Amino acid sequence: MTNWKVILGIAKTHLITKMKSTTTASLGVTFGIGAYITLVSFMTGLNGMLDDLVINQTPHIHLYNEIEPSEQQPIALHEEFENALNVVHSIKPKQSQKKIHNALPILNYLKETGNVKGATPQLRAQIFYLSGSIELGGNLVGVDIMEEVRLSNIQDYIIQGTPEALKNNNSGILLGSGLANKMSLSTGDRIQVSTIKGDIFPLKIVGIYQSGIADIDNIQSFTNLKTVQQILGEAENYVTDINVKLNDITEAATMSRRLERQFKVKAIDINEANAQFETGSNIRNLITYAVSITLLIVAGFGIYNILNMLIYEKMKDIAILKATGFSGTDVQLIFMSQAMIIGAIGGILGLVVGYGLTRLIDNVAFETEALPTITTYPINYNIMYYIIGISFALISTFIAGYLPSSKAKRIDPVQIIRGT
Amino acid sequence: MSIVLEAKNINKYFKKPVLFHVLKNLNFKVKTGEFASIMGKSGSGKSTLLYILSTMDTDYEGQLFLNEELVTGKPNTLLSRIRNKHIGFVFQFHYLLSEFSVLENVMLPAKKLGVKSHSEIEYDAMEKLKMLKIDQLAKKRASRISGGEKQRVAIARALINNPSVLMGDEPTGNLDSYNAENVFQIFKQLKEDQGLSLLVVTHDIDFAKRTDRIIQMEDGQIINQ
Repeated sequence: MTNWKVILGIAKTHLITKMKSTTTASLGVTFGIGAYITLVSFMTGLNGMLDDLVINQTPHIHLYNEIEPSEQQPIALHEEFENALNVVHSIKPKQSQKKIHNALPILNYLKETGNVKGATPQLRAQIFYLSGSIELGGNLVGVDIMEEVRLSNIQDYIIQGTPEALKNNNSGILLGSGLANKMSLSTGDRIQVSTIKGDIFPLKIVGIYQSGIADIDNIQSFTNLKTVQQILGEAENYVTDINVKLNDITEAATMSRRLERQFKVKAIDINEANAQFETGSNIRNLITYAVSITLLIVAGFGIYNILNMLIYEKMKDIAILKATGFSGTDVQLIFMSQAMIIGAIGGILGLVVGYGLTRLIDNVAFETEALPTITTYPINYNIMYYIIGISFALISTFIAGYLPSSKAKRIDPVQIIRGT
Repeated sequence: MSIVLEAKNINKYFKKPVLFHVLKNLNFKVKTGEFASIMGKSGSGKSTLLYILSTMDTDYEGQLFLNEELVTGKPNTLLSRIRNKHIGFVFQFHYLLSEFSVLENVMLPAKKLGVKSHSEIEYDAMEKLKMLKIDQLAKKRASRISGGEKQRVAIARALINNPSVLMGDEPTGNLDSYNAENVFQIFKQLKEDQGLSLLVVTHDIDFAKRTDRIIQMEDGQIINQ
């Protein structure tokens, strides 16, 4: 029979009379858990921000036409040479067009497919930006701007002007911020673009686009799909890329394989395109957990040490408790409950400290050219981390308390009483 | 008269550092309401015997009966319960829990027993302290009272669950003659007023002579009882 009231009463008295040790042990746990919460919230916040930076600008599935040599040369189809060793020199890709064949029916098909949130056509053209005597090479991307706003967060990256302004102006352009700086242009100014063939078109700057990635901002601008088609002198079905946004991102890989076979186009899914970011996030998480677990183990050793000392000091008390009718299990429970109380108090305080520190970091200004939408350091407030934190505090104090308390359980009262 | 404590053929060996036969085939009985003392020189095995009788030491051969019930071979948790309920223990060194108040020290075994409510236990404890004339110390920390007072608190604690037998291991060994006499009078009074059985290990020949019966031990054997 376990009389919890008595056991907890004794544990409480021990903890209160040894306030210094109790505080030290609890603070060990507090720092461990606090550091864990702070680190993990900050690190995953940063990870999320970096992922957003790249992945939000990447479609879930990207369809385009790749220029590549045919895998099968005509001779392979010839039955006569079936078992011969055929050597073909100087293979060149077949002359093919950049545009996606049957782009409009594909778009219609995609829009009616389940799980597809939306599909937007894009037309990428190589052009030169002309302003006065300056001539810069770059890309002009024709988009259906309102669809892009619905499906991606392009509006977050338009730092001047609005998407609507582009939609309402057939000769408008959202100029890359790097380009705008280089050519000292701002909203309302005019810019000329020249195609590779040499045709020159004047466009009006209705906004500035800044993705945060300098390589993109220095060359890329957006305009309406129709405008690019006009500049290139192509028909309305001339589309080089189709971006697909799915409702369920996990199906991206299988769906991209299916589309590739079905439409004989190149399809890249988001995981393929951003494999290196996934790796980066995983390694950062690994570091976070390694540091936190180290801190918690150190705290665990602190508790182990303090309980060990306490039990050594309390040998006589343990003997007397056993002599007056407390069983070994009762004695173990007394010391276990001390460890668990330290773990619980330290752990909860740690969560509070961690929350406080993350709030503090969350309010520290963090402004950078590269990230127009971020004003403070990013923090990920995920309840899961708090659950993991408190569980870890309790588990580690349980282990740290278990070993010394088992020792207390085995103490032979006769030996202690005779020993004096 | 009924038998409160009976030992049959008790043998005990110390295995370290060398095999040593401490207790040699001991047989004796303590009757209810009897005040018995065990005497003997150092090393005669009297304390060892007492710890076996107290059920704390289970490493022996033979049989031990408490209230005519066999306790030998019972599991540890049950032995703890038996100690808690039926045996009161007073040591040479007071052995109070120093962080607790006098009252809490006395109450602890009853709280462990968990039969009575907290207020009943507190009332009982105060009664025991009053009986031993130390009720004014109830709220003091156990570490803040004198040696004689500590021993009286230890007696009060031993009595809290109204045990069948009170055992003492040199309960007066660490006290001056005034306090030793005091403790003896308390024991005597407990026997006379409440019919308590007592078994006390002692060196003190004057103390032993005034008890009902002396069990004389030498070299692990009872030579006279």
